[in-house]
Amino acid sequence: MYLQITNLNKDFQTKNGTLVVLKDINMTIKEGEFICAVGASGSGKSTLLRQIAGLDKPTSGELRIDGELITGPGPDRGMVFQHYTLYPWMNVQENTEFGLKLQGVPKKVRREQASYYLSVVGLANFAKSLPKELSGGMKQRAAIARALASEPKVLLMDEPFGALDIHTKESMHEFMLDLWKRTKITIFMITHDVEEAVFLSNRIYALGARPGTVRKEITIKLPDRTHSVKRHSIFHDYRDELMELLRKHGQEAVAVAA
Amino acid sequence: MNESPGSIRDYIRPKKLQPTVFWRIAEDIPRPLNTALVITSIGAPLLLWWLVTTFGNIDPKFLPSPAKVMEAFGRLWSTRELLKDTVASLWRVGVGFILAAAFSIPIGVLMGSFASIRALLEPLFGLMRYMPAPAFIPLLILYLGIGEEPKITLIFIGVFFFNSLMVMDTVKFVSKDLIEATYILGGDRKQALLQVIFPHVLPGIIDACRINLAAAWQLVIVSELIAATEGLGRRISVAGRFLRTDEIFVGLIVIGVIGLSFDLFFQYLLRVSCKWTTQKR
Ligand SMILES: Nc1ncnc2c1ncn2[C@@H]1O[C@H](COP(=O)(O)OP(=O)(O)OP(=O)(O)O)[C@@H](O)[C@H]1O
Ligand SMILES: [Mg+2]
Repeated sequence: MYLQITNLNKDFQTKNGTLVVLKDINMTIKEGEFICAVGASGSGKSTLLRQIAGLDKPTSGELRIDGELITGPGPDRGMVFQHYTLYPWMNVQENTEFGLKLQGVPKKVRREQASYYLSVVGLANFAKSLPKELSGGMKQRAAIARALASEPKVLLMDEPFGALDIHTKESMHEFMLDLWKRTKITIFMITHDVEEAVFLSNRIYALGARPGTVRKEITIKLPDRTHSVKRHSIFHDYRDELMELLRKHGQEAVAVAA
Repeated sequence: MNESPGSIRDYIRPKKLQPTVFWRIAEDIPRPLNTALVITSIGAPLLLWWLVTTFGNIDPKFLPSPAKVMEAFGRLWSTRELLKDTVASLWRVGVGFILAAAFSIPIGVLMGSFASIRALLEPLFGLMRYMPAPAFIPLLILYLGIGEEPKITLIFIGVFFFNSLMVMDTVKFVSKDLIEATYILGGDRKQALLQVIFPHVLPGIIDACRINLAAAWQLVIVSELIAATEGLGRRISVAGRFLRTDEIFVGLIVIGVIGLSFDLFFQYLLRVSCKWTTQKR
């Protein structure tokens, strides 16, 4: 599987005229990769993900998955949203099954599939709980299980851990790396947290703001993926380079906005 | 710095929150206090009524005593007239309200979900809502005579437009993210409508119906004041003509108690069918 984004542009028509949000985006994501896109708030990260998910159409350019043009949303792309989007009246089990139910999977099969992915994300004991009874980290894990249950080709994540405290976030990072190793799923994650991106991904696209463009593509090679690597100088070099990039292009964005 | 002249601190008048039980905002009160207040709410007016009619020198034609009203209740009950009236009124409300709900709930959900249907219907419904249903009575008598049809139609008109617009409003609270999540999970529009939007707004629908049933209950009484051979409204207008004040009171109390039971029933329905929505404040 691979995801190909070519010359993507996205404008919005606003009261103050045309707002160019994404400009000349080119990206390639290959089978089994864990890719992060980092950018400041307002750099168009969510907008980019919405194009990939098929929730919105690009102004120009194209997106292809396995060579096929993306024209609308579909279960070949799972998504975890920036905000919590579990269905509040369904328990965790029903939430996880829901995608399969929508696609006509028989009850027994989908029950087993959902139970499997709930145990993968460590929520087997909370299958009967309502979303409001879960903590923030558990909600996002349930959302991940729901996205994975349809066995999508790629998992799209929009700042999934943005609202979590630092400790929960760190355990979610370990969880993501472990999940990625076990399921070999392709992941495209968006974040504004540079350390998170460096720690998790194989490759990073650094986005500048207003308009959102790819400023740099960095391949990450770390000696290992445990928390101690964050004290390693290689880790610091990657982080500092990205911080510098975002700072530079972030300031430009502020100047444009002012 | 705080002592510098013109410091903002000179202008601030410090206040303290005094501890209280009765006046706590957005918090529960102790159970015994709650029970006492509920009893007072019903008991105090009753007691006042009893005191005024017992010790005051008041013409029973003007204000009958509670005992007299109970007596009238017993009389009307034993002749089965009260039961017949109640059944007649309930039947009218039941048919009119169920018809109105059956049409207004799906139409309201569609109006809330699709901007196209909203544009098509909202102007008309918005206009109709401001025409008081009782003002249609002369037309309804002209078109439908004086049988059951005009009464049921009156209730339908009075409930349908309000309920459609109120149900439409509840759909606004369904977040766009939730609908988009449904598309990404492989759902189509029909599934989003039936399996996401509808369950999400069900508590809102029940609440809208609860409020509009109160309106329906008022309208049935109004419709019976005009032309009817039986019904609680009819009972009151006849009693009025013969100055049987005690029977007016019986009618009013029965109407109130039935209305309150409807309300409690809907509140119960909301509590048991939509557990997920009951949140602590
Ligand atoms: N539907 C829309 N209409 C008009 N402007 C929009 C629309 N959606 C997004 N924008 C604009 O596009 C820009 C990028 O928004 P986007 O939500 O993609 O940013 P983001 O990088 O995800 O930010 P954050 O990190 O805060 O989530 C913003 O300036 C926003 O105002
Ligand atoms: Mg965003």
